[in-house]
Parts: sequence; structure tokens; C-alpha cells
Amino acid sequence: MLDTRDILETIRMIQDENLDIRTITMGISLLDCADSDIVRSCNKIHAKICRLAKDLVRVGDDIGREYGIPIINKRVSVTPIAMLFAASGGDPTEYARTLERAAHDVDVNFIGGYSALVQKGFAAGDEALIRSIPQALAETERVCSSVNIGSTKAGINMDAVALMGRIIRECAEKTADRSCIGAAKLVVFCNAPEDNPFMAGAFHGAGEPDCVINVGVSGPGVVRNALAKLPDADITGIADAVKKTAFKITRIGQLVAAQAAERLGVPFGIVDLSLAPTPAVGDSVAYILEEMGLEQCGAHGTTAALALLNDAVKKGGVMASSHVGGLSGAFIPVSEDAGMIAAARSGALTIEKLEAMTAVCSVGLDMIAVPGDTPAAVLSAILADEAAIGMVNSKTTAVRLIPAIGKGVGDELEFGGLLGSGPVMPLNTRSPAKFIARGGRIPAPIHSLKN
Amino acid sequence: MKAVLTVVGRDMVGILADVSAECAAQNVNIEEVSQSVLQDLFCMIMLVDVSNCPLPLAEFADLMSEKGQAKGLAIHVMHEDIFRAMHHI
Repeated sequence: MLDTRDILETIRMIQDENLDIRTITMGISLLDCADSDIVRSCNKIHAKICRLAKDLVRVGDDIGREYGIPIINKRVSVTPIAMLFAASGGDPTEYARTLERAAHDVDVNFIGGYSALVQKGFAAGDEALIRSIPQALAETERVCSSVNIGSTKAGINMDAVALMGRIIRECAEKTADRSCIGAAKLVVFCNAPEDNPFMAGAFHGAGEPDCVINVGVSGPGVVRNALAKLPDADITGIADAVKKTAFKITRIGQLVAAQAAERLGVPFGIVDLSLAPTPAVGDSVAYILEEMGLEQCGAHGTTAALALLNDAVKKGGVMASSHVGGLSGAFIPVSEDAGMIAAARSGALTIEKLEAMTAVCSVGLDMIAVPGDTPAAVLSAILADEAAIGMVNSKTTAVRLIPAIGKGVGDELEFGGLLGSGPVMPLNTRSPAKFIARGGRIPAPIHSLKN
Repeated sequence: MKAVLTVVGRDMVGILADVSAECAAQNVNIEEVSQSVLQDLFCMIMLVDVSNCPLPLAEFADLMSEKGQAKGLAIHVMHEDIFRAMHHI
């Protein structure tokens, strides 16, 4: 029989430590929906999403109940809409409205892919789509947008960087009456993964199959509790404990992914090995770092602790899943993590420290509220810094900043739900305007020439 | 198809009988039982075969959970594969 202790451990992880499957995301290719007529294109998109994803939520809920594991989100990611808009022209926000309607019809809480990939330059449709993002995100609730502005192979498109600084501001301004939520649904990437199941940055890459199931796991609370049992272990012991825990968490992700793929008749894509925090007490990545022995997240030593955590999660998770992908690592979204919120409020965690942390962990400067009067050029410069870290280190970095319109340092921005709340964090106010206004492209770093 | 049924709650007369009776009513066969009482806390783990249960597993799980709540017990029914996946390579 199964070991009693193992059974109780699994139940404790789920009941007390917030172990859950964060998302089952169905990736859907819309390439065969492209049409020179935008109405026909939108109709085909709506029909295809509804056909393929109609059972996604029901199957997710069934699996959750049968296996006793909460499956928090069911979502859809689609081909970057800029590719379809290039063929059809017209008003790009028609696509956003179509995606919103489809999301409501299949009852997913987010749909990602109002996106453009412009790391080397703007193709037909890219710039118009990007300029429409603020309107698209203001008009819709469930549509998420992302723009890839750099890669290790292509360098950084500084024209896109300059543009995205303005777009982020506009997204916040257009939704100023709703906690600037527009900016929280927009991610700016360097080295964007094509199979990421996590919002707001999910899109379905052009190299992906027609339809695929990707699963994102979670479980910061489980890792923290495993470490709490080792108050006197050395760092080797800590790394081992994280690996073992990540293995167990990921096995659940693999099981759910395989079941969902089979029941929906869709290929299994990847499991994303991520520690994704939520604002719930006990579901925090910052608390794991503090459990390792830091007084508060943001203290010197945080980067080293995070590097160890991120690496151990991958090492433990890789063996537990047949295919690993997406972002895979520890997330550090400030407003979504109770420990990060506390550290930012107390001043222990600054944006400079967060930037350093992004060099060693998954994603980047995520869900950070910045003063509402921050000029677009400063936002662009933050994008450029973060993209440079991703480009040089051959890793994904992303930026999701929320200019808190009408608010300043010391104020709070409240989103509610999984997006949480956070203090407005101070930025360095020296102007990078001339650097950003130059435009052009940062050349790809030399280690791109391995071929 | 097998499932793991766990019951946790304050010890009282008839818990095992009630849970077994409900399993029998749903044509669920109990294959193994492990049970302990620590101080006042009753804890039981059963391996059950739900192949012949007329209800889908998710509905059987909901039913048992409701029956448990009525008596102040936490009853969970989970597919055995989740435990095998997590603890066996």
C-alpha cells in the first residue's frame, strides 16, 4: 500500500501549504485564421478558440476534483495577433474584442497573445498593433498583451524600447480609474519563451503545434515549510531540500498535464517549473528567502539565496517532467507576494536590488508600482536595462511596471485578487531621455555567434 | 480505478461504520484500512476500489465530503495516482 506518511504529506501540502496547479493553458495557433478581410479573420479566430477550448474549463475542474488538487486558472494563449493583423489590416482592436468575446464564451479568465515580436525591427502591422495596446487593454478585461523587444540573437530594438515606455504610460493613464490595471496586463520581454503558460506574457509561438496543453505549477508555501524543518542545515542541505520538494510539486504538474492533454485530445507541451507566489499568507517566494536566514527579502545575500533557490527548483523539476519549458524558475512579482510587499513597504527591497535579483531568477521586474509622474523615457530605460540583462545572460527577462497615475512614493496601488497590491516604489529620477531618444538597435552580444 | 479516502476529525463512536456503510451504498470496495487515534484526533486512511461506483469519482468525492461535514469530519477522496506520482519514481 501507499505509505501513510506520504499520503498525509501530500494532503498537508494541498490543504495547509497552498500547493496547487497555477494554470492549465491551452496554446492555440491562429495562423490558419489569417485572412485579408478582418471580419472574416476575427470570425475564424472566434470559431477556432471556441471549438478547441470549449471543454478546457470543465476538464480542468474535473481533474481538480478527482485528484483533489486545486487547479486555479484555465487560460488560452494564441499566436501573436500582429501576425494576423499584418494580413488583414483594419482596426487592430477588433482582434482584442474578438479575443475577449472568445474568453467569455469558453469561460477562461485570461487570454494571452495580443502580442508582437519586434526584437530586430517592426514588420507590417507590428507598430500599429503596439500603438493599439492601450486602447485594447482598456476596452477588455481578459485580454493580455506582450511585446518582445530584444533577444540574445538579435540584440535590443531601441526604437521599440522608446515606444514601449510611452505605451506602458498610456496603458496606465487609460485605466487610471481602475488602479491602472491596463499596465498590469502588458509584459515587455527580452528572449520571450514561445510556450509560456503564465499570464500576462503567454502567447503561442509560431514554432508550436496547432494546439497544445502547457501547465504551470506553483507551491512556494511547500518549499518554505520544507526548509522550516531544517533550521540548522547548511546550504547544501537547503539546496537538496528544495530539489526534493520541487520534484514532488512537478510530478503533480506532469500528472495533471498528461491527464488534461489526454482528455482534451491535444498534445502535451510542457510543464513550467515555476514557484509562482500569490498574495495569500504562506504562498510567498520572499518568505522562502527569509526562511534561509535573511532578516528580510532585499537584504544583502538575497541575490545569492534566490540564485540557489531558482537553480534547485529547476534541478528537482527537470527529472519529474518529460518536457520542461516556459519561464521555469522562481517568480518575484512584488504586488503578488506578501513577503515582497512587506519588504518593499519597509524599504528593505528596492528596485535596484530587484534588478540584480532578475539576473539570477525567472522573469524580471514584475508587478512593480512606480510613481505616476514617471516620464516615459525612464520607463524605457528600465526596459532597456532589464532587456540587457536578458540579452547578455541568454535568459528571459520581462518587465511589468505599473505607473500609478496620480500617486507617488508612499501611496499604495490595490488591484485585488491574484494581482494583489503594492506600494509605489521610488525610482532614480536622473534623465536617460537622450539615450532613449537615439533609437536604433543594441547589437547582439558576441556569444550569439556560437553556430 | 482506486482512490485514497482519508478521514480526519474528533474521535466518536461509529465513524468507521458510517464511512464503510456509505462506501457500500455506493458499491465502493474497501481494500485496505489504516487507522489511528492520537489523543482525541481520529485519522483513517482507506484504499478503495471505485471501479463499480455508479458515480464519477469527482461526485463520489463531493458526496463523501458532504457526509463528513455533517459529522464534523474532514473526508477527502483523491485518485491514488496523485500519491503514486508524487512519491514513486
